[in-house]
Amino acid sequence: MDWMKISSAIFLLLLLFLLLPRAKHLLTRSPKAESGDWQAAIIPLIGVVGFIALLVMLVGL
Amino acid sequence: MENYSSSISSTSTISINKVLRNTYLLLSMTLLFSALMAFVSTTVNVGHGVSLMCSFGALAMIWLVLPRTANSTAGIGVVFAITGLLGFGLGPVLNMYLSLSNGAELIGTSLGGTGVIFLALSAYVLTTKKDFSFMGGFLMVGLIIVVLASLANIFLSIPALSLALSGAIIMLMSGLILFDTSRIINGGETNYIMATVSLYLSLYNIFVSLLQILGVFGGDD
Repeated sequence: MDWMKISSAIFLLLLLFLLLPRAKHLLTRSPKAESGDWQAAIIPLIGVVGFIALLVMLVGL
Repeated sequence: MENYSSSISSTSTISINKVLRNTYLLLSMTLLFSALMAFVSTTVNVGHGVSLMCSFGALAMIWLVLPRTANSTAGIGVVFAITGLLGFGLGPVLNMYLSLSNGAELIGTSLGGTGVIFLALSAYVLTTKKDFSFMGGFLMVGLIIVVLASLANIFLSIPALSLALSGAIIMLMSGLILFDTSRIINGGETNYIMATVSLYLSLYNIFVSLLQILGVFGGDD
């Protein structure tokens, strides 16, 4: 019996119990996205992806 | 009447700037403290069991203690305790990477990369002043999916899935940085202690996930 794996699983389950009420609260209370909102969010995230690709290339060299 | 409205607006701006300033100040102090605890942990060479206990301790404090102390000065001590525990828990992970020939480079690159990501995303929100509160529900659902997949992967042990989850965590945490910073500047978050913990957790998870990705692609086994 791998106690580390079981302990890690218990930790993640507890994390899930912490996240679920917050997720429910945010799903019901979050405002709807307006036109252009998702674009404004995705552009910097694409930048993050590109930056990480650059870092991977740098350490791989 | 116009003077009254502009007076309220400037008071609101002042209080928002105060929350922002206090958040970044507390965040920088807790990051330094966390780094110090991580250094102590690597030096003492703690085991993975201790690391897991630190994670449990931090989770318990976030869940049970922080909500009760966030509105008092005791909350500052709690934030340092949480970040200290999480930093201390990083010891075994950092020692594992330091055992590689380019381990220090990987850790340094991850640290720098995390900093650049945070600064860039924060600057983006602060300059555009966009409201990203619409992302809250989506991000939480994404986090739950990642936690469930991580739970499954503990027992399945699929390396590709582990890597994909690290990538997903970085994206979700980046989204959370946009969300949390936007909440501060739009007045949705007025408690700098809660704001600091949220941002710290995003940075912590980006660092750990980035380290794993760079370790896979750049690790010198």
